[in-house]
Amino acid sequence: MEKIICVCGHENPAGTKLCGKCGRPLTEEAKTSKILDMKYDGAAIRSKTRNKSIVDKIWNFFSSVKVGITLIIINLVAASIGTIFPQEFYISVSTEAQKAEYYEQNYGSLGKLYYELGLSDVYSSWWFQILVGMLAISIIVASIDRGIPLHKSLKNQRVKRHASFMKRQRIISEGAITDGDSAKTLNIVEENMKKLKYKVRRDGNALLAERGRFSRYGPYINHVGLITFLAAVMLRLVPGFYVDESMWVREGEMRAVPGMEGYFIENEKFILELHDNETTENQELQGVNVVAKNYQTNAKLYKQTEDSVAGKADNLELVKEYEIRVNHPLQHDGYSFYQMDFRLNEIKTMNFELTNKESGESLGAVSVDLTNPQDEYVIDEQTKVQLLGYYPDFSGFEDGEPQTATPTPNNPAFIFKMTTPEKPEGEVSFVAIQQTIEPNGDNAHKMEFQSVETRNMSGLTVHKDSSIPMLAIGGAIFMIGVAIGSYWNHRRIWVEQLEDGTIRLAAHTNKNWFGIKKDLDSLTESAHLPQYIDQSDDGEDEEKEKEGDSTL
Amino acid sequence: MSLISLSGNLLFVAFIAYLVGTLLFGGAIKSNKPDGAVNRADKWGRLAIIVTIIGLLAHLGYFITRWIYKGHAPVSNMFEFTTAFGMFIIAAFILIYYMYRLTALGLVALPVAILIIGYAAMFPTSVDPLVPSLQSYWLTVHVITAAMGQSILAISAVAGLVYLLKAVDPKKKSKSRFWMEAVLYFGVLVVGFILATVIFKGIGYEADFTYIDTQDSEKEITYYMPAVFGMNDSTLLTDNAMEPIFEMPAVINAKKLTTVFWAFIIGSVIYILVRLVTRRSILDMLHPLVQKVNLNLLDEVGYRSVLIGFPVFTLGALVFAMIWAQEAWGRYWGWDPKEVWALITWLFYAAYLHLRLSKGWEGKKSAWLAVIGFAIILFNLIVVNLVIAGLHSYAA
Ligand code: HEM
Repeated sequence: MEKIICVCGHENPAGTKLCGKCGRPLTEEAKTSKILDMKYDGAAIRSKTRNKSIVDKIWNFFSSVKVGITLIIINLVAASIGTIFPQEFYISVSTEAQKAEYYEQNYGSLGKLYYELGLSDVYSSWWFQILVGMLAISIIVASIDRGIPLHKSLKNQRVKRHASFMKRQRIISEGAITDGDSAKTLNIVEENMKKLKYKVRRDGNALLAERGRFSRYGPYINHVGLITFLAAVMLRLVPGFYVDESMWVREGEMRAVPGMEGYFIENEKFILELHDNETTENQELQGVNVVAKNYQTNAKLYKQTEDSVAGKADNLELVKEYEIRVNHPLQHDGYSFYQMDFRLNEIKTMNFELTNKESGESLGAVSVDLTNPQDEYVIDEQTKVQLLGYYPDFSGFEDGEPQTATPTPNNPAFIFKMTTPEKPEGEVSFVAIQQTIEPNGDNAHKMEFQSVETRNMSGLTVHKDSSIPMLAIGGAIFMIGVAIGSYWNHRRIWVEQLEDGTIRLAAHTNKNWFGIKKDLDSLTESAHLPQYIDQSDDGEDEEKEKEGDSTL
Repeated sequence: MSLISLSGNLLFVAFIAYLVGTLLFGGAIKSNKPDGAVNRADKWGRLAIIVTIIGLLAHLGYFITRWIYKGHAPVSNMFEFTTAFGMFIIAAFILIYYMYRLTALGLVALPVAILIIGYAAMFPTSVDPLVPSLQSYWLTVHVITAAMGQSILAISAVAGLVYLLKAVDPKKKSKSRFWMEAVLYFGVLVVGFILATVIFKGIGYEADFTYIDTQDSEKEITYYMPAVFGMNDSTLLTDNAMEPIFEMPAVINAKKLTTVFWAFIIGSVIYILVRLVTRRSILDMLHPLVQKVNLNLLDEVGYRSVLIGFPVFTLGALVFAMIWAQEAWGRYWGWDPKEVWALITWLFYAAYLHLRLSKGWEGKKSAWLAVIGFAIILFNLIVVNLVIAGLHSYAA
C-alpha cells in the first residue's frame, strides 16, 4: 500500500488524515477545515483505504455507521409492527384456521391482513431474524474497522504537535502570559493539571496533559457485550441448551418431568389465596371483583437412583421439597419449575349409592375414582356394578354413542350395568350429571349420585436455559462499556511555549466540552495563561448545524 | 391525618410548589442578565430552584408515605407510576441544573412535570392489591430505575425544546415552526384532557350502557363523559344521559375514543381562545423568554442528558426487566408490547448517539431527535398502557 510522507518526514499509512507524529493535516479536506476531525487522529481506517474486491465492498458496507444507524432504525420499526395487534403466542387458540378467525373477528379486515402477512408472528419470521443478524454483523465489522486504528492512535500520542494541528483544534489560546515569570509557566501548568488528575508528559518546551483515555474504549467494550449477548441468544438453538416444557400435575399425583431425565415431581397441594380487600376504583373500571394474592404448589422433587428402570416411578429419592410460587421457582441442577397455571376443583372421585327405586333402599355404595376407574365394583356375591363405559368430558351422543370431548373429567358420564339379587340378568343405565337414561326405560334400580371429591391441578413449566450465564456476562460487559463511554471522557490539552516565551495551547475532548472548559478556566487563572477561545462559538447564538463527516 | 391522606396532601403541596416554581423561573429568565453560565443564576433563579427543591421533597414525602402505607413501592398503577415519573423528571432537572446552572431549563421542565402529574391525577388513586407476579422486589428495582432513566432522557427533550423555542423563528414560515407549534398545542391538549375529566367529574356525569363485544357477548360499561361515541350495539340504561351520536364497531373502544374527543375539543377551544386573545402563536409568546440562552450549551446539556440517562435506562428497562421476567415467567424476554417499546426506546437513543457521533447531528437536528425520543417514552406510557394491552398493562 502507498504511504503518505508528511513534511516532518513521518511515514503514514494511506488513508491517514492527520500525521501520526506531528499532527499536520494530510488530506485536502483536513487542510481546509477550521476544526479537525479528531476521531482517529494519526491512524487510517480499513474501510477508507480499500475498496477493490467484493470482500472490501461488503466490509465497507457493514462498517459504515450510516448503514449501522439505518439498520438500527429498520429493526426498531420492524419491532414496533409486532405490537399493533397481539402476537400469536399471546392468544389462546391453536389451529391456523382458528387464528385466522381470531384476528378477523377481533380486529376486522386489518387484523385479517395482519395475520395473512405473517405480522402476527413477526419475531420468529426469517426476515426479522436476518435484520437482527445484519445489525450484529454491522456492529462486529464497524468495531474491528475502527477499533484497531483507534487503539493505534491512542497508543501513539505525541506530545509535540505542529502549529497547523494546534490551530485547528476547537479550543485554542495563544499569547503571552498575563502575569508572573514565563520561565515557570510550564511547571505551573504541569502541577495544576496533575492536581486535576491529568497525566502529564513533557517533550522539551511542549506539554501534553491527558485524562480519561480509557473511556475511548467504552463503545468497543459495549459492542463486545452486545455481540456476546446475541451469541448467547443463538446458543438456544443448540440441542440440550434450552428446555421449555409445560406439565399438569394433580394434587396427590406424581409425574415424570418432561425434558428432565430421571426426575419426578409430586404435587402435594395447590393453594390459591385471594386478596380480601373491598373492590377498588381501578378494579371496578377493569371489571374484576377479586384479585389473586398467591398461587402456590407444594411440591416434592424426586430423582431415580442410578440402577432403576427409566421412566418408572420406583427407587425414588427425595431431592427437594419446595413451595413453588410465582416469582419463586423451584430450582435444581440448572432446571427451574415455575408456577404458571392452575385448575380448581377437578372431579377426582364420584360417589354413588346403588338404590332400589321403589323402596329407596340402598344396596351399597360405589365410589368411582376417575383417574383409575374399575371395570367392576363388587358389593357382595349377588350384587355388583359393572362399568361398561366411561366418558370423562361427555359432549352428547353421536349415532347413539356417547362422546367425550377431552380426556379431562369436566363432565363425567358412565354406562353402568347393575346386577342385583332381584335382577340377576342386570340392568343398564347411562348416568351423567343431572341426567339418567335407561335404554329399556323400566329399571328397578338406579345409581344415585351422592357426592364428589375434587382436587386441584397445577400447571408448571420446566425451564432450563444454559445460555443464561453467557447472557449475563454479555449484559455485564455491555453495561460496563456503556458506563465507561458515557461517564468518562477523553480530555487532552497541548501546551507549547514558543521561543519568545508566549504560550500556544489547544484542547480537545471527545465529549463534555463544558467539563474541559472548567478545567481550562482553573488552569488559565492559576497559570496566568491567555484567555482561550472556542472556535465553534464564533458568532455566538448563530444556529449550529454542522454537517459533519457524511462519509462515515 | 391518616397516612394515605397525608400522602395525598404532600402531593398537592408538590404540585403547587412546581406551579410557583414555574412562575419564578419565568421571572428569572426574563431578567436582562444573560444566563447560561455557572455564576449567572440570579436571585429569581435561586428562589425558583429552592421552591422546586421544596416541591421535590414534598413529592418524595408523598412517595415514601404511600410506600409505607401500601407496604410496597407505589409504582403499580397508572396514577402511581405516572406521578413517580413526574417526580423523577424534577429530580433529574435538579441534577442537571446543578451541573450546568441553566435556569432556562426550569421554564420547560417544570411545566412538563406539572402536566404529567396533572395527567396522572385523572386516574383512580385507589390503593390496589398486587397480583402474584407483581409481588417481587424486582418490581421496585426495575420500575424505579427505568423511570429514572426515562426522566434523565426526558431532560434532553427539555433542553431540546428550549433550544428550539429560541432557534425557531416564529416570524418565518418553516417546517420547524409548524412542528414546534404542534408540540405546544399537544401540551394544551393535555390540559384539555385534565379539564374534561375534572369538569365532568365535578358535575357527576355518569351513563351506563350495555353493549356487544367482539366475542358477541353482552357487557356493561359506565361512561363518565357524555357519550359522543357509543360502543357496539349499545343501549343506554341511565335516564337523562346523552345518547351516543356515533356508534362504533366492536373493535374500537368507543369510551376511550370519547375521552380523547372531549380532551381534543376542550384543549382546542382553549388554544383558539388564547390565540384570539393574544393574536400570537404560543411559540411567539415563549420565544422572547429564552433569548439569552446559549444554544451551544443547551445542545451540550441535551447530549449529556442522553449520555447520563442511556446507561440508567438500559439497566432499568432492559437488564432488570429481563432478570425479573426470568424469575417470574421463566423467560427473560417475551416480546410483550411493553417490553418491545422499551427496546424501541433503547434503539432510538442508540441511533441518536450514533447520529451525533458520526453524522454530526448536533444543534437543531439533535434537539428534534430528543423531542421525538420523549414522544416515544410518552407513547410507551400512555398508548401502550391504555390501548395496547399486555402483561404490563395497568388498565385492562
Ligand atoms: C443496538 C445496537 C447498538 C448499540 C446499543 C450501540 C451502542 C453504542 C454506544 C453507547 C456508543 C457510544 C456512543 C457515545 O459515547 O456517544 C457507540 C459508539 C459507536 N458505535 Fe455503536 N451501538 C450499536 C450498534 C452499532 C452499529 C450497528 C454500528 C455499526 C456501524 C455501531 C458503530 C459504532 C461506532 C463506530 C461507534 C463510535 C466509536 C468511537 O467513538 O470510537 N454501533 N455504540
